[in-house]
Amino acid sequence: MNKELVKKIFLPLIVFILILQVWVGIASFVKDFPTPATTYVAAFGGINVDGDEISGVLSDPFYVNNQDDKGLFWQIIESLKRVFAGFVLAIIVGVPVGLLVGMSKNAQYALNPFIQIFKPVSPLAWLPLLLFIFQDINMTAISTIFITSIWPIIINTALGVKSVNEDYMNVAKVLRFTPLEKIIQIILPVSVPYIFTGMRLSLGIAWLVIVAAEMLTGGIGIGFWIWDEYNNLNYDNIIIGIIIVGLIGFILDVLMGRIADYFDYTKKGRA
Amino acid sequence: MSKKFLSLEKVEKRFPISANEDYVAVTDVNLEIRENEIIAIIGHSGCGKSTLLNMISGLDAQTSGAIVLENKHIDGPGPDRAVVFQNHSLLPWLSVYQNIEMAVKKVMPELSASELRERVERYVSMVNLDHAKDKLPDEISGGMKQRVGIARALSITPKVLLMDEPFGALDSLTRANLQEHLMRIQQKVKNTVVIITHDIDEAVLLSDRVIMMTNGPDATIGEILEVNLQRPRNRVELQSDPEYIRCREAILSFLYEKFAKDDE
Repeated sequence: MNKELVKKIFLPLIVFILILQVWVGIASFVKDFPTPATTYVAAFGGINVDGDEISGVLSDPFYVNNQDDKGLFWQIIESLKRVFAGFVLAIIVGVPVGLLVGMSKNAQYALNPFIQIFKPVSPLAWLPLLLFIFQDINMTAISTIFITSIWPIIINTALGVKSVNEDYMNVAKVLRFTPLEKIIQIILPVSVPYIFTGMRLSLGIAWLVIVAAEMLTGGIGIGFWIWDEYNNLNYDNIIIGIIIVGLIGFILDVLMGRIADYFDYTKKGRA
Repeated sequence: MSKKFLSLEKVEKRFPISANEDYVAVTDVNLEIRENEIIAIIGHSGCGKSTLLNMISGLDAQTSGAIVLENKHIDGPGPDRAVVFQNHSLLPWLSVYQNIEMAVKKVMPELSASELRERVERYVSMVNLDHAKDKLPDEISGGMKQRVGIARALSITPKVLLMDEPFGALDSLTRANLQEHLMRIQQKVKNTVVIITHDIDEAVLLSDRVIMMTNGPDATIGEILEVNLQRPRNRVELQSDPEYIRCREAILSFLYEKFAKDDE
């Protein structure tokens, strides 16, 4: 094994042990706080502190008891569905708006103040308003994600359009490209890496926001599940939830990065 | 040879610098360019030679005066005046072949798939790039990129080929090589060419007439020099040719005695 690889495995392992120590420390101070051992049992099943044999939340994540009682897998799927619905809507609206802002000075002047004002608003501030409009948990969550995701997509798409070299546009002018040909043949190929950067940012924030949004809306979803476990005094499960949310966020980011690289002409040889 | 082809009449270009003041880049430019003629425009930097070329290409509009190509006023860019840009301007996500194909496809939409391929391949061959036709611009040398730029410009059979310091960014050996390419191709296709340069040897070697620009602001045509050298021209033999030496000296004296530039 080479030295780098050894370091890459052992250094995180040391940090992991430190984290466990801190965790055990906190558990010894805070009454009823789960320890690593009880959390493991809560996750994968075993004998709990009361000496009872229990099954963990990860032993059967696929169960469905009734509409309101489903396994962890279904909670996660529900959250992912909302994130993707809102995210895809944000792409459908955000990319054309970004192209417009990037290509037209007038559109930039008209829209930029509002983009700058709405961008820093926490999407959760919209949530009560959206809940009032839709009176529906799913629609509220999806539209919250939409508002979350759209700003980075608009801003990065516009940035991509602005990065188009003027020489390329001169080539397009000499060949008398129509506006649509300019977009498809020149602006999009240049902007695609920027658009994907925006999408990657958006997806990351959307996954952050969905947990909080579901805590507020209730019903189903990983965010609601975590809040529900708090209400049920199952503190072990909150920690399990945090780890799962982190892992899924990480996977989403890696996937998005792979897709972005695939569409980035600067990162592939076309033999 | 003396038919009216491309003419510039009292062409002027101003850039506003404040509410009531303009910077006059070029003024009172009058020039008749004959069909199949190769014109070199030479001058110090800031003499407005690129501005002049941009006005012929239509990428930049003149403030006053007229530019007429075959009895039609030029208002805006078009494929009848192809441009070879100094920095080649190839689209980096398209291969050599695709860069040329994109231009031919747009300008000649009536071509069938096989005619299109035949035409693109002919122009790839014309600049001897058959071996590199599937390479991306980033994978080939600067000289090769510029050859693709020339092939792309010629592939749409423009009436005029406009070249804005096309070899300025290349080392001198590569530049000589490209000049040979250009002269060889020109013997075949006999285009009208307007080439901007700041290289005296290049101007004499390539052109039938050299347009010498005075310094800006208010730059205009200072002198026009006829280069009476037979084609094909050989750069080595030219070095001792009295006509070549006369032309070189005329340009040298114009640029460094009459219109010397002491700043920079």
